[in-house]
Amino acid sequence: MNFTIILHAGVATGTVLLFAAIGEIFTERSGILNLGVEGMMLLGAMAGFSISLATESPWLGVLVAMLAGGALSLAHGVVTIHFQADQVVSGLSLTFLGTGLALVLGEGLTGQTPPLLLDYNIPLLSSIPVIGPALFQDHGILVYVGYLAAPLAWYYINKTRPGMHLRAVGQKPSAADSVGVNVYGIRYIYTFVGGCLAGLAGAIISLSVSPGWYSSQTTSGQGWIAIALVIFAQWNPMRAALGGYLFGMLRRLILDLQGPRILLGFANPLYINSNYSFFLIMTPYVLTIIALIFGSRAVAKKRAGSPSALGLPYVRGERGK
Amino acid sequence: MSSTTPAVEMKDIVIRFPGVLANDHVNLTLRQGEIHALLGENGAGKSTLMNALAGLYKPVSGTTKVNGELVDFNSPKDAIAKGIGMVHQHFKLVPTHTVTENILLGMDEPRFLMNLKKYDEKILELEEQYGLYVDPAAKIWQLPVGAQQRVEILKTLYRGAEILIMDEPTAVLAPQEIDDLMVTMRSMTDQGKSIIFISHKLHEVIAVADRVTVLRKGIVTAHGKSLEGLTKRNLAQLMVGRDVVFSVEKEEREAGDVVLEMKDVYAKNNKGLPALQGISLRVHSGEILGIAGVGGNGQSELAETITGLRECEGLIEINGEEISNQPPIEAIARGVSHIPEDRTTVGSAPSLSITDNMIMKNYNQEPIGNGWSINFARAGEHAQKLKEKYNILAPNVRTPAGKLSGGNLQKLILAREISSYPRLMVAMQPTRGLDVGAIEAIQSLLLEQRQSGTAILLISEELDELLSLSDRIAVISDGKIVGAVLAEDADINEIGLMMTGGTDD
Repeated sequence: MNFTIILHAGVATGTVLLFAAIGEIFTERSGILNLGVEGMMLLGAMAGFSISLATESPWLGVLVAMLAGGALSLAHGVVTIHFQADQVVSGLSLTFLGTGLALVLGEGLTGQTPPLLLDYNIPLLSSIPVIGPALFQDHGILVYVGYLAAPLAWYYINKTRPGMHLRAVGQKPSAADSVGVNVYGIRYIYTFVGGCLAGLAGAIISLSVSPGWYSSQTTSGQGWIAIALVIFAQWNPMRAALGGYLFGMLRRLILDLQGPRILLGFANPLYINSNYSFFLIMTPYVLTIIALIFGSRAVAKKRAGSPSALGLPYVRGERGK
Repeated sequence: MSSTTPAVEMKDIVIRFPGVLANDHVNLTLRQGEIHALLGENGAGKSTLMNALAGLYKPVSGTTKVNGELVDFNSPKDAIAKGIGMVHQHFKLVPTHTVTENILLGMDEPRFLMNLKKYDEKILELEEQYGLYVDPAAKIWQLPVGAQQRVEILKTLYRGAEILIMDEPTAVLAPQEIDDLMVTMRSMTDQGKSIIFISHKLHEVIAVADRVTVLRKGIVTAHGKSLEGLTKRNLAQLMVGRDVVFSVEKEEREAGDVVLEMKDVYAKNNKGLPALQGISLRVHSGEILGIAGVGGNGQSELAETITGLRECEGLIEINGEEISNQPPIEAIARGVSHIPEDRTTVGSAPSLSITDNMIMKNYNQEPIGNGWSINFARAGEHAQKLKEKYNILAPNVRTPAGKLSGGNLQKLILAREISSYPRLMVAMQPTRGLDVGAIEAIQSLLLEQRQSGTAILLISEELDELLSLSDRIAVISDGKIVGAVLAEDADINEIGLMMTGGTDD
């Protein structure tokens, strides 16, 4: 167990959650709840992997993965924005649709080796002791982009005109509509953005962080963790980034805990009986549930970022919305 | 534009909704720099007319001129472009945004970066100019209602509005805030703005307006009258009218024993503010007590405390048994029936069938139910019988209640309530929104109940209805009973005056 190694792995896997969660924050801030993140991620992971395999260009794979996630999210947009259907039902169906498509189209990809995204070092920064090698060495470009993505997203949402319109549409669409803001248009745009970022998150998994195609195990429920992270982060990209990295580190820690024979001076029960490690593997998911319970209570108490029109279709002329 | 050209001139405006003529050849002239009151009862067509001026509705016919120029608005944006701004009764503000953000929402400036500090300054200047003070950096949800309204006004001023429409701006304000608002309105007209002020409160109209246009049931009864020399009594007359009382046969009947007794009842509304402030009243068997008042003066809360839907302080008794602060089932067991104000969400379950709605109060009583199972064959027969007796028009008793017209739905609710042989019936706005035929049917049913000895508390905003049905009329204003009269010697203007909180001057 080495802190630098855990941190290094944490930011790498955390980047996946970071992009998916920021995408979902954009979508939910506009008032649309998209529970289909897992499906969009898996489709993205498959699309990125297979395009890279076919074209020898991992970056083209990343682009197509984003478009695939975005296209899937637009289906959700049409159903919930245009036809005003229930967002929970539509989002859940989207998970099935995305997962199903990815599994069918990804048939036979297992074991293939496409060109992957390369790792780079950042000069100077990587020579900082302890955190330098962890944060700025041997990471894909998208990890470095991730460092910038959260503050940029925060700034965009809170300090720019389009960000203000985004928040208004999610909080009180009737107020936005009454001053000529295009509620439907904005909701479509951010639903699409959310889908693209979920697709990107998927491609980061299959082409960089844990490369390969392992059917539904490729994403292994990280889409759901991303959704939980959004609530836990109270719709704030900075907190989502922090949460994402912490989850990433936890995943690495779990692996590391199973290795040594002696742990903190005691015989390691996980080494003696590997069945115990099931409980350990459970931890991120259990933590997700706990974070959800406490997170949503905190949201209910304070007026934290929660968009009050989240999940509600907007119909012009209906009172009180 | 010369100062003699009216700011707004609306001529022969006709607006029709399905089944309703909301505005019938309405004329309105707003002069430059004046405060013009638009007066009328609920449903008289005031807001409809103003929504047309603000570009939300399109009139069927008629012309509108703004500053002498003929206009035809297709959206609120067109109206804003001509300098017309509307301050809505229900604010259109984003609660989590700051004051400045709300004012800038939808504007073309700033392009991308918000730079709120700079715009805070700009808005402070605007506030200074009109005496509309509110912290530009505060979030809307942190502000009291009066300040939120100032934000709405600032929003229209920031967009360059020269003509302001204020839709019942005082309805949500406390007395002190109303005074402040009036000062603001004066300061705006001093700076050349013209204001249309919608209200049904007479003393406010007299206090602030220069001229008044009165609407009654979509028709103008006074067009741009100068307020000089007009009394509240004159205005009440114009507003309420002296229409022939809607005549239903009412037989003589001696009132019996006291059924409902309320002593010093206090209750709060949903916002936690006092809604009932010491209500005491009695209703006798075979008597209809009408409660008159402008909507929102405690009527809903009154009905809810009696039927067990709202907590209260004080005493409420049915035939000498206390029912205050008990669950609704206790009131039902003592013979209280309820015709709620909202027939589609409180009075019925729209997606359930007529049968299900009919048995909602007796599903657990023989012969329909035995406490844990329901005999649906008998329930269906029961519903069928009531459907025929009360002439409810529907394909069959399995039809969902939500498919019924308003009148038929109300008949269903009355059938259910009457078939439980009530001792007291609390009827809230029982004929609102119904057509003439249905109104007559509902009113005759209420009179039949009176004849059979039920005590009836009839809460209505329709004075004609109260006068023709009630034996006595009590007037509620601001949660207090401010007067009571016998219906036969009642003077409609007198009641209208009490309703609006005025005393004769």
